[in-house]
Amino acid sequence: MIIVNGKSYEIPTDQQDKKLSEWLREDLYLTGTKIGCDIGVCGSCTVLVDKVAKRSCKLKLKEVEGCQVVTIEGISPSDSELHPLQQAFIDAGAIQCGFCTPGMVLSAMALLHKNHSPSRDEIRQALKGNICRCTGYQQIIDAVELAARTMYPPNPEE
Amino acid sequence: MQKAFRNDAFAKVTGKAKYTDDYALPQMLHAVPLHAPVASARIQKIDVTKAATMPGVVRVVTARDIPGQVKFGQIIKDYPILAQERICSTGDVLALVVAESRAEALAAIPEIKLELEEMPALYDPEKAMAKDAILINPEHGTNICNYHRVRTGDTQAAESQADLIIEETFTTARVEHAYLEPECALAHLRPDGVMEVLGSMQHPFSTRRFVASTLGWELKDVEVKTVPMGGGFGGKDDTAAIVCARAALCAHLTRRPVKICYSREMSMRESYKRHPYKIEYRMGLKQDGSIVYVKVRIVADCGAYCSVTPWVTWRSTVQCCGCYNVPNVHCDVYGVYTNNVFTGAFRGFGSPQVNWAIEQLVEIAAEKLGMSELDFRKKNMLKQDSITITQQKLDTHKVSLQEVMDKVLLEIDYENKRKRCSFGDPKADKWYGIGFAISYRGMSLGAEGVDFNSAIINVQPDGSVLLETGIHENGQGAESAMILIAAKELGLQPNRIRYRMPSTSNIPDGGTTVASRGTLLGGGATTNAARILKDIITEALQKHQGQKADSFTDGMILDAKGSVICSWEEAISLCYSQQIYPYAFGVFQAPRVSWDEELGHGNAYFTWVYGCQAVELEVDAKTGKISLLNMVAAHDLGKAINPEMVKGQFYGGMTMGAGYGLSEEITLQDGAVTATNFHQYRVLRATDLPEMTAIIVENPDPTSPSKAKGIGEPTLEITAPAIANAMYRATGIRFVDQPIKMRKQ
Repeated sequence: MIIVNGKSYEIPTDQQDKKLSEWLREDLYLTGTKIGCDIGVCGSCTVLVDKVAKRSCKLKLKEVEGCQVVTIEGISPSDSELHPLQQAFIDAGAIQCGFCTPGMVLSAMALLHKNHSPSRDEIRQALKGNICRCTGYQQIIDAVELAARTMYPPNPEE
Repeated sequence: MQKAFRNDAFAKVTGKAKYTDDYALPQMLHAVPLHAPVASARIQKIDVTKAATMPGVVRVVTARDIPGQVKFGQIIKDYPILAQERICSTGDVLALVVAESRAEALAAIPEIKLELEEMPALYDPEKAMAKDAILINPEHGTNICNYHRVRTGDTQAAESQADLIIEETFTTARVEHAYLEPECALAHLRPDGVMEVLGSMQHPFSTRRFVASTLGWELKDVEVKTVPMGGGFGGKDDTAAIVCARAALCAHLTRRPVKICYSREMSMRESYKRHPYKIEYRMGLKQDGSIVYVKVRIVADCGAYCSVTPWVTWRSTVQCCGCYNVPNVHCDVYGVYTNNVFTGAFRGFGSPQVNWAIEQLVEIAAEKLGMSELDFRKKNMLKQDSITITQQKLDTHKVSLQEVMDKVLLEIDYENKRKRCSFGDPKADKWYGIGFAISYRGMSLGAEGVDFNSAIINVQPDGSVLLETGIHENGQGAESAMILIAAKELGLQPNRIRYRMPSTSNIPDGGTTVASRGTLLGGGATTNAARILKDIITEALQKHQGQKADSFTDGMILDAKGSVICSWEEAISLCYSQQIYPYAFGVFQAPRVSWDEELGHGNAYFTWVYGCQAVELEVDAKTGKISLLNMVAAHDLGKAINPEMVKGQFYGGMTMGAGYGLSEEITLQDGAVTATNFHQYRVLRATDLPEMTAIIVENPDPTSPSKAKGIGEPTLEITAPAIANAMYRATGIRFVDQPIKMRKQ
């Protein structure tokens, strides 16, 4: 069984070797997961597996058995609302062609799970596996900083 | 921080945005290409018998199945949609397997049997130019695809006046666009007989011509619709259109929807690259620092097919002396056919190559004359009312070279920091360098082509607005810029305006969204359409209510005193009730440009932009590792419509430009691209980059209705030479070849 965005799926035996990316896109129609290189070096297909950012093109279904998978479609609280990280990407001008955006958002999400106030260098390190050819990354880094401040406001008494 | 505006941001950040491969149609088939195994051969036989019987295979398509023209092209019709008798490059496609699934199509590819007679290949443009060289495109009659020149003044006489003559040869790299989404097309024959094509392409109108030519149909019978595109950078012009034409061909032959979605490997093998140049300069100077003459010979490798080589190399011709006053110029530029993978449009379009050279050459000259690189540029740079090397007087807009340069050098503290440069100090472990480069750039197509665009504003009965233009959303935010321009003109909130899904059957052919012309041309058309619409509404109010509208602000229509006449909605209701359509078609025709091929003279572009970039870096003296420390850019773009998106163009362009200088290079083996994927082609990542500063300079352009010019390409075209100049001050070595490679000490 694999849980994707909170919903459980049983995987037939003959599907165990299927790529996670292919299954998400073609069987579950979760096309927000993008394929840029299909060899695990561009980061476009990034999803969260038990809160850790992983390349879904490098995983077989049997490797995520029993795991919680979250795709870009699974992070907004509702259809019309955005996660603060998504809102930050919009507000900071971090989106151009948008092809890297789902992977970038999820890599950033994994970082913010572990580190509530990352430095710009830490953000760069966390996004190192995600290629963006449009933005030069700067506004993406701005967006992650902005989201961290929104999601985990600094305590004024500290 | 001012918030960015994007009409497509919500869809993109939630994963809802649908790119071509995210669409599927009932009964859809998948096609995959068979690429040529060698760069030059005669095709004796393509045996598809076995492949056609493989599981799931519906049809194997070869050139013989093409009902229309086998070859097409934007300038020279030399590109075979499927190779017929001759292989000229390893990017050529010999056959397409169409199958029920992509996996089945791929599995059948090795079963196609080829009988080829290999022929000698030409990989070096200089050899291909030789008189006795075999012809790569025999119909063209020569391997010189195109030739441009400039003849200004008298360089022979000038040579005798020069106190100093310097000579240098520069080369530039063949590079990959590396758009993150590979080529993808989905074609289906509609019940009304129209071939409808969705695809990842940045020139829907050219795509329509490719499709129509391949099918032998009229333009009205092909409709190209554009969906979000995962990056283009000039690279989704020809190859993208060709992939669309092949999908349409397969859909026509099988009567079922067909998708062709390229893998990264296919994309890198076949798609065109940036032209590599060899640039040989000879520059004469006076002791006082003035440039007396420039002789330059440029050879561009266009690969096996023309694509847009004549246009790319024309820009290099016009800008071959950079942004400097040069009274005597002798310039020869050749685009040359070889059996290498072809080259074409790429952000910058012939300017990054010449800037790489000229921006280093002026520093070499300055140093030899004992002048600072700053004083040398100040003395020679183009100023207000200067005459360019093509005899164009720069008097229709503000020439702001000095302004952009001053702003960057002040921001980065150039004068102080340049004193710290290491020049390869043998005692230091780390070498520090700072450098900069400047440029001017002719905007839009110039004398390359007919330059006009249109916009339709169609106000609905409830006052909401549908907008469309002949400009394509490449990811840069073109639609958002058009919406903001219309919103400002009409005094509405941007959320009242929806940008229509573009289709080649809705709006007149507006040309391609390249050449940084989107905001300039589409914005001009949008501004003009909005003004026509306001005239229609004003006339209705005058005629039916006797009131004279003066301005449209905050959803209200005001008279000259600033009193409210009525709301926008009331005015629109009035129009509809009086049988008046609040609908406007606006056109922007670029001012006339001119060009004399014989002399290389003319008003090449109707307006120009000016930019300066500076870079600080550090080199590890032992390992040769180069670290970028700081990058600052200032560009005069007329007017910033969406400032946060403008900054995105700055950062993205500088990053791509830095990769061009430092890491990116497509190498070829027997004409074939050796890199198969991103693990072998290094684009810069977040950890390779320093913080960047974007300085937006706005000198509104009188020739632009929206006052905006453009920004997409200028940001890329001077980063690499700024890095090369910084590298010189760090190491004492001039890097004339791209990409910069530090040898270990």
